[in-house]
Amino acid sequence: MDTGRRRFLTLATTGVGAVGVGAVVWPFLASLRPSEKAKALGAPVTADIGGLEEGQMVTLAWRGKPVWIIKRSQEMIASLTAVKGDLADPESEVDHQPKYAQNETRSVKPEIMVMVGSCTHLGCSPTFRPDHPAPEIAPNWQGGFYCPCHGSKFDLAGRVYRGVPAPTNLVVPPYRFEGDREVVIGEDQAAA
Amino acid sequence: MAIVPNPYKTTGLLGWIDDRFPLTKLWRDHLTEYYAPKNFNAWYYFGSLALLVLVNQLISGIVLAMHFKPSAAEAFGSVEYIMRDVPWGNVIRYMHSTGASAFFIVVYLHMYRGLIYGSFKKPRELIWLFGCLIFLVLMAEAFVGYVLPWGQMSYWGAQVIISLFGTIPVIGPDLVVWIQGDYIPADATLNRFFSLHVVALPFVLVGLVVAHLIALHEVGSNNPDGVEIKKHKDPETHIPLDGIGFHPYYTVKDLVGVAMFLIIFVGVICFAPDGGGYFLEKPNFQEANPLVTPEHITPAWYFGAFYAMLRATPSMFGSALPGVIVMFGAVLIIFFLPWLDRNPVKSIRYKGNLTKIVTLLFAIDFLMLNYLGMQPASVLYTMLSRIGSVYYFLFFFLLLFIHNFEKSKPVPERVTG
Repeated sequence: MDTGRRRFLTLATTGVGAVGVGAVVWPFLASLRPSEKAKALGAPVTADIGGLEEGQMVTLAWRGKPVWIIKRSQEMIASLTAVKGDLADPESEVDHQPKYAQNETRSVKPEIMVMVGSCTHLGCSPTFRPDHPAPEIAPNWQGGFYCPCHGSKFDLAGRVYRGVPAPTNLVVPPYRFEGDREVVIGEDQAAA
Repeated sequence: MAIVPNPYKTTGLLGWIDDRFPLTKLWRDHLTEYYAPKNFNAWYYFGSLALLVLVNQLISGIVLAMHFKPSAAEAFGSVEYIMRDVPWGNVIRYMHSTGASAFFIVVYLHMYRGLIYGSFKKPRELIWLFGCLIFLVLMAEAFVGYVLPWGQMSYWGAQVIISLFGTIPVIGPDLVVWIQGDYIPADATLNRFFSLHVVALPFVLVGLVVAHLIALHEVGSNNPDGVEIKKHKDPETHIPLDGIGFHPYYTVKDLVGVAMFLIIFVGVICFAPDGGGYFLEKPNFQEANPLVTPEHITPAWYFGAFYAMLRATPSMFGSALPGVIVMFGAVLIIFFLPWLDRNPVKSIRYKGNLTKIVTLLFAIDFLMLNYLGMQPASVLYTMLSRIGSVYYFLFFFLLLFIHNFEKSKPVPERVTG
């Protein structure tokens, strides 16, 4: 009996079999990825913000996620500086916003804040808590967002507080203004 | 050793079968001539009760699957249809939902029994490992099952648990999309969770239960004294002197446990089917809304302790991964118990006072964490969760050496009745 030949045949058969198993497993695993239908549902959405009052927030769905638009009052804008010392990334250094929103107010227009309302921890949607003081949330609470799931806190520009489960600021989606009344979410604004 | 067909030389119809299939042999090996220690106490009910609850889940689940529609558009409505329009549908659904909670109560007590009597120690390490795998698969099964009614808790629970995988460096975000089959938990997610819940995971679960029992019957049951009954056998019959046949002795005894269990189980189904908001949580009576997270979201009660540990861990290095590691670590460390506990004494009855105290504290700690996991995250509760999480892990490491600092009682040769 030629054992060398037998070993070669065993190894070759096992090798070819393994390739076959891999070829069969791949379609099954790949079939779990998003379907073409799911991919097609990512179109931009337009919001009319003409009627938005100061301090008011509207929520709309973009790619199935909540997107918030808040019209900030002067007092709210001023609060962004007041809480700076409590924040983990006050200068928005982590790339969670378009370049044109990487500024003091994380927005194109200081009074209009647009962000994705999903906590950067595990994806819950934080609750809008403009009321202050609220010592049960934070001693120096100036209004912001509180996540009911795991207690993460964000200021009125979506910047995360230190020492909470969420690691980073909330995401600012690409958006642009169309006239004075409309915001298009999902499209970048042209370079100014 | 070659297999000898029909070793017991049965005749007639049974003989015809035994010549072809080891029916009598299986019956004797696993029931009438499976010798279990005669000193089992009430803690030993929970194994057979777990089996009973498993059967309850399988049967009620098969019927529910006949009426349920696994799609995001129809799931919530079809559950309400089961509750209102399907004859006896509400009772069958409550059997299934209460059964899920009962499963965890029974399994937690079964695991604690193993912990205090040293049932995981040599030669029963594989029984313990199969049991841990059952627990892990049971958690997965319960989680995907909880998503199916597509209520608010279903949806946000899915969002949070799937996001846990998103914290894995590099592949995380793509992995989440692959698990969900979409960019958010959606119809595709619900549909595949249904498939896992009714086909894949039950298969795995039943297979593991069989392996758990085969391993148990290979080495024999432990007992509250933690002594090996196989050390003292009748010289003539080779039957352990302290052993009694599982059937009829323990089948009949377990019926008492079954009766007591059913009184409570049926009581809950009839009088408190939502378990006071713990077995079925209130926000889950609202349909899933991807834009609004409920005010106070909690996992199902049986994940409370693990959830408390997740929540108690702050993010580090700009990543939420540490909390996820702590949570999964809390499950995985249980697997290593047979190698972490170095105490030569098996049963808590003969261990020293230090071990008794740290074990009791562990039980209290687990209950406390479970409670905290259900509460909103306040400063005090976060602090308690952190202390509780540290002790949870500390306990396993204390078991490495704590017996060196205490005096054990002498372990008897035979069981003490």
